[in-house]
Amino acid sequence: MFYFIGMGLYDEKDISLKGIEALKNVDHVYAEFYTAKLFGTTLSAIEYIISKEIRVLTREEVEEFNIPLNAAMEKDVAFLVAGDPLIATTHTDMMIEAKKLNIQTTVIHSSSIISAAPGLSGLQAYKFGKVTTVPFPDENYFPHSPYLTIKANKELNAHTLVLLDIRADENKFMTANEGLEYLLKVEIERKENIVTEDSLAVVVARAGSDRPVVRADKIKSLISEDFGGPLHSLVIPGNLHFMEAEYLVRVCGAPHEFMEE
Amino acid sequence: MSRRDKMISKIKELMYQPENIRNIGIVAHIDHGKTTLSDNLLAGAGMISAELAGDQRFLDFDEQEQARGITIDAANVSMVHKYKEGEYLINLIDTPGHVDFGGDVTRAMRAVDGAVVVICAVEGIMPQTETVLRQALIENVKPVLFINKVDRLINELKLDGDELQQRFIKIIASANKIIKSMAPKEFKEEWLARVEDGSVAFGSAYHNWAINVPIMQKTGITFKDIYQYCKNENQKELAQKAPITEVLLDMVIEHLPSPDISQRYRVPSIWTGDIESEEGQGMINTSPDSPLAVMVTNISIDKHAGEIATGRVYGGTIEKGTEIYMVGSMGKARTQQVGVYMGPERINTDRVPAGNIVAITGARNAVAGETISEPGRKIHAFEGLEHISEPVVTVAVEAKNTKDLPKLIEVLRQVGKEDPTVRIEINEETGEHLIAGMGELHLEIITYRINEKGVEIETSPPIVVYRETITSQAGPVEGKSPNKHNRFYIEIEPLEESMFKALQDKKIKEGRVKGKEEAAKFMEYGLEKEEARRVWDVHERSLFINMTRGIQHLDEIKELLLEGFESALDDGPIAREKVMGIKIKLMDAKIHEDAVHRGPAQVLPAIRKAVYGSIMMAQPTLLEPIQKVFINTPQDYMGSATREVQNRRGQIVDMEQEGDMATVESKVPVAEMFGFAGDIRSATEGRCLWSTENAGFERLPGELQKQIVRQIRDRKGLSPEPYGPDHYLG
Repeated sequence: MFYFIGMGLYDEKDISLKGIEALKNVDHVYAEFYTAKLFGTTLSAIEYIISKEIRVLTREEVEEFNIPLNAAMEKDVAFLVAGDPLIATTHTDMMIEAKKLNIQTTVIHSSSIISAAPGLSGLQAYKFGKVTTVPFPDENYFPHSPYLTIKANKELNAHTLVLLDIRADENKFMTANEGLEYLLKVEIERKENIVTEDSLAVVVARAGSDRPVVRADKIKSLISEDFGGPLHSLVIPGNLHFMEAEYLVRVCGAPHEFMEE
Repeated sequence: MSRRDKMISKIKELMYQPENIRNIGIVAHIDHGKTTLSDNLLAGAGMISAELAGDQRFLDFDEQEQARGITIDAANVSMVHKYKEGEYLINLIDTPGHVDFGGDVTRAMRAVDGAVVVICAVEGIMPQTETVLRQALIENVKPVLFINKVDRLINELKLDGDELQQRFIKIIASANKIIKSMAPKEFKEEWLARVEDGSVAFGSAYHNWAINVPIMQKTGITFKDIYQYCKNENQKELAQKAPITEVLLDMVIEHLPSPDISQRYRVPSIWTGDIESEEGQGMINTSPDSPLAVMVTNISIDKHAGEIATGRVYGGTIEKGTEIYMVGSMGKARTQQVGVYMGPERINTDRVPAGNIVAITGARNAVAGETISEPGRKIHAFEGLEHISEPVVTVAVEAKNTKDLPKLIEVLRQVGKEDPTVRIEINEETGEHLIAGMGELHLEIITYRINEKGVEIETSPPIVVYRETITSQAGPVEGKSPNKHNRFYIEIEPLEESMFKALQDKKIKEGRVKGKEEAAKFMEYGLEKEEARRVWDVHERSLFINMTRGIQHLDEIKELLLEGFESALDDGPIAREKVMGIKIKLMDAKIHEDAVHRGPAQVLPAIRKAVYGSIMMAQPTLLEPIQKVFINTPQDYMGSATREVQNRRGQIVDMEQEGDMATVESKVPVAEMFGFAGDIRSATEGRCLWSTENAGFERLPGELQKQIVRQIRDRKGLSPEPYGPDHYLG
């Protein structure tokens, strides 16, 4: 049996009881932290709960060498992934491989930023469009597509959940400020008036923790604010329903003008 | 005022009259007499005594140069010459003729407007003559011809008048064939060398005389007279009647363009900035008052003054003690002195205006190819300098004493800067650094120079640089990203011969394709229209062509695909040597929706694997560098000489006999050429003259493939066998 187990958003208690049970029963536990990372806990805290050693794998060990699936040929294996295991990752590939190898699988869900961020920002899940991620720019790589996704969503009056890149191996986690700067830089190159200093944005920091930060304001105000430690994400709202507007003003500190519109 | 001071003040004056300046290079095959000619020109200009000219080798001021009797660096001299009513400033660069130092020739050509091509009448046009002539024409430098050693035709080969003429006609015709094919379109006719207008001269640099038709008409000397002078061993009198300096410098002034004329047609091809801009117009008009634009063509190190940058001032005036900006490295520096060359010395002139060749001290960290401008005005950079040949031999160097380790790295970097045809690979982890150069001799000189700089080094035996290519086609091949959510489908095939040749001859530039204009060029050299319009990248004489249409997000990862393609070619799958001569076509691509799941970590390995896997499926093979070897030997030794070639896997291409001398032309793998100098000397008891020319890469014989691949892989610490396609595509 091969278990995909979601670790949720923040600490070891985000793993469901079902997940903990499975972890206690399997022969081997693997985890990957290259797609996301839990900041409210340590590996040993989870190991303590399940009384078992966890082996953390690199991207290469998972994607190139298939270590978890190979182990599952003969034993029961759990594969721990931050968030909900098949959301915002590319692990569906492992599911396909498992089917090919005739390995039985079970998915044990947990909370995901895909639902937490819209929830915390008070924006209706029904009104979200495509999700996008802002990558760390690289030599030869500065894609405009996050901006273009926001544009396409805005044309449908939809909100956009903007995830921010993680390079766990380099201990780099993109801040909301860096994400906003990236979008403004694309605006300078494209000049389509989609994401400007006066646009409304919502910053969600440390979702899943006891005190998540949720801040809505014009980008020019947000860009110099300090939102604390990782992980951060952004929402760029489309047209606001009156309930959404009131929530952003009263709960997330957006200026009053957004309620009056 | 001494004669010398007078000359200096004259030079300072003439620098501001571009129509009275000639920037020229002297180029030739090795031993055809360039440096002897340059010395004679200097003697004529009063810079060294006439007696010493020919012996002194004034321009070969490096100890190694004097010891080996060849020119290694390009050396520069400025001098004044009177012609008709006017006085002219001639800035002359003497260049090396040995094939190993061809990079100096390329760089020198960027600094000059005209070239005197010296051709030995006995040997005729040799391969290196063709190469230097091509190098000149690629840079839009106008050639004139000087046929040297004419006396030897008469006295040694005993040719009669008719035969003499036939010989000249043959030489001029083959030079003109190259000029016609390589000269800029508008000058194809105008630049042809013609005996009747005096753009060809004949003579003997060693005996100090030269003649061309205008001088014959002026002096009444005929070919018959020349014949008699030579026969009667009376060349001294001929030298008085037709002194080489007069004749050649007159020819230079008459036939080679002044900077104000040549910059008009040269600037648009070496500078791709906006010609209508202030700096563009300044260069077109050779204006000393426009924004500064200098192209650095050489860097040398002076024990006292430090780094000296030599370059051509195309626009504005460079002054001592002013701040300059280096466009490529984006660094600033302050000039300490600026001036002109007089062989080993430099004469400071405080200012050097547009149209001249300048020596700059204080241009710290400049490299050959750098563009210098004013700090407040970042002008568009000059086109890079491309050398026709490429390094084929490598040695590993280590410091003898561990205390020299840090210094060695510094010295290696310096050597790389002084001679851009050297490739330096520094490995701080192992302390074993690699120097790649044009040939065994080149590396010997480099090694000598490193020792000169106070670091004792040990070098490995020379290692040959190989290439990888394919002999059949494969595909479509699927390359997957590590997360399997991105897939690229490519086809691979050997590049068309005609395209390959065009790239080899630098008729097509390498690099990522920017505009649509290049498609016409690709078609001209045999690419199908549909492919020509879709070329994305030209790298290592290989193409990357995008055959897909309308794939979303493909434009965002284009640069990554090309980076992956280029890095795969720089490090091939057979033995991590460079790959060349392939055509990769991207047929389809499946790309993940989100930008982080199709970033560099996914796309680079995906395309690299596709390239490697497809190469391994398309019957890959190793190529080895080949040299043409020319041996001129007395008949009696011809057998031993050809045996020496055949023992080295060489092939005899051609043999010619003339009198009791024979010329053998052959092709020999570079790998077998080590130690050839000593062996051929003993085989012919020192009676032969020989030269080499790099002749590209050819397939390594089948029986050697396995062994050599293994040797290289061992040396590089790789697994003994290359991986099969499944390793990359599974």
